[in-house]
Amino acid sequence: MAEESSSIGRRRFLSWFLGTTGGAFLVSVLYPILRYVSPPRIPEASTSEVEVGPVNDPELVEKGFKIVHFGADPVIVVKLSDTDLRAFSASCTHLDCIVEFRKTKQLIWCNCHNGVYDLTGRNIAGPPPKPLTPYRVHLVAKGPGQPASVVVGKG
Amino acid sequence: MRISAAALRSFLDDRLALGGVRGALAHKTVPVHRYMPFYYFGGMALFFFAVQVITGILLMLYYRPAAGEAFESVEFIMTTVPFGWLVRSIHSWSANLMIFFAFAHLATVFFLKAYRPPRELTWITGCLVLFLGLAFGFSGYLLPWNQLAFFATKVGTDIAGAVPLIGGWLLRFLRGGDRVGGGTLSRFYGWHVAILPAVTVVFLGLHLLMVQIHGMSVPPQVEGEARQRRPMKFFPHFALRELFGWTLALGVLAALAALFPWELGEKADPFAPAFQNIRPEWYFMFMFETLKHVPGGEILGLEYEAIPILLFGLAGLVLLLVPFLDRGVVRTGRSPAFTAAGFAALVYIVGATAWGYRSLAPVYAVLATGAVVAILSLGTRRAGGEGQP
Repeated sequence: MAEESSSIGRRRFLSWFLGTTGGAFLVSVLYPILRYVSPPRIPEASTSEVEVGPVNDPELVEKGFKIVHFGADPVIVVKLSDTDLRAFSASCTHLDCIVEFRKTKQLIWCNCHNGVYDLTGRNIAGPPPKPLTPYRVHLVAKGPGQPASVVVGKG
Repeated sequence: MRISAAALRSFLDDRLALGGVRGALAHKTVPVHRYMPFYYFGGMALFFFAVQVITGILLMLYYRPAAGEAFESVEFIMTTVPFGWLVRSIHSWSANLMIFFAFAHLATVFFLKAYRPPRELTWITGCLVLFLGLAFGFSGYLLPWNQLAFFATKVGTDIAGAVPLIGGWLLRFLRGGDRVGGGTLSRFYGWHVAILPAVTVVFLGLHLLMVQIHGMSVPPQVEGEARQRRPMKFFPHFALRELFGWTLALGVLAALAALFPWELGEKADPFAPAFQNIRPEWYFMFMFETLKHVPGGEILGLEYEAIPILLFGLAGLVLLLVPFLDRGVVRTGRSPAFTAAGFAALVYIVGATAWGYRSLAPVYAVLATGAVVAILSLGTRRAGGEGQP
């Protein structure tokens, strides 16, 4: 009887030992793989200001808006008049599509799911849950006879 | 609802007919004799192949197959991705060990005459898988897009261009154009990650299936010994030994990758002069070295260079057809001419490789492998008598 219980003890010990070893082995293989598949964070160059172009930029004049790279983020610059320019994040707050300016309706519009924002960036119709983040716009004089330059900044 | 393990098992058994597989596994045995350690070579190559599949898929997550980005993406894997250096180094080391064990497997199967009927197709599919492995190596060598790979690929594809009649077509086919460039990289990538794996899975599957159907071959020299000794049950006895070997192999692989991470070198520049020591992977070295010693000139409209290339092609074909050429072994169980020819080929390959590297390392590698097998063989002999320890 005593012999039997000791052999059960040994079996349990061996199973525990094998299980632990196997588990440790699996962890040592799976941990690097798990870390590997999660992409490393790449620091982005911080952008504080971006020059869009001259205030009479053909794209701004014709379509009334221009999408520019602000670091890795798209920013929409809307030209309402020569002195009234506005800029917002161009990523729709609904599902991240790029918005556009509808000159005829004087609205910012997202084609993916008919999201509508007014000209202050407020979400006024459709699915967008939040307003567009506004960016600062100012004009920089370029000297006599030259059109002013449009510059977009954060906040 | 509670599902018991037994219920789940019977559910799967009924649907997948696992009972038959389990029955076959329970009855599968492995002959026991002094050459038994050679049975592990194929399984070892298979293990490294599995490692290649896993690490290869992982590398695809970050690798970019374009001339402008390939080198940078591998650099990114090596320096920035967590454990990226490990994954890439294991992929490179495992590739080399896989080819090494595939060659060792081929050599032992050849010398032990395991290609005797009914295993002719096992031999042929095995040779094809080895050739595919070489193609994997050749195409994968270029992918990091470094100087060494770039020039080795130029040379390698140029050699293919020297094949009479179809050389010109073959060269453009391999390079995806007239020169080695971005087109070649895309093409090699396609071969490496899609075409070759698909074809390999088919032939490797057939190869393994036939090994299951015919069981392990007993070399003619030890048929008597194998009859006297009780065969080893495949499961669990042989399988556990194999598992032990694989665990050891993984440890060696991890150690090699950690201690000797695979180099990346410099980014390929098609307009930079080739530097010294442009060389292919070691398993192409004997052919590369042979071609180095062929002088320029031509005979009967055939360039000198084409002659060894054709001879190597012919040798590959002969190798493939060995089971059908060696009829003597069927009648008498012996074929000394084939053994002698195989030995001569082995000496030539090892010798030319050693000469190519101006190093005796290849000789030592072969001798060391022989020594390990001899020690293992001694182990099986001591286990002797009762057949299964």
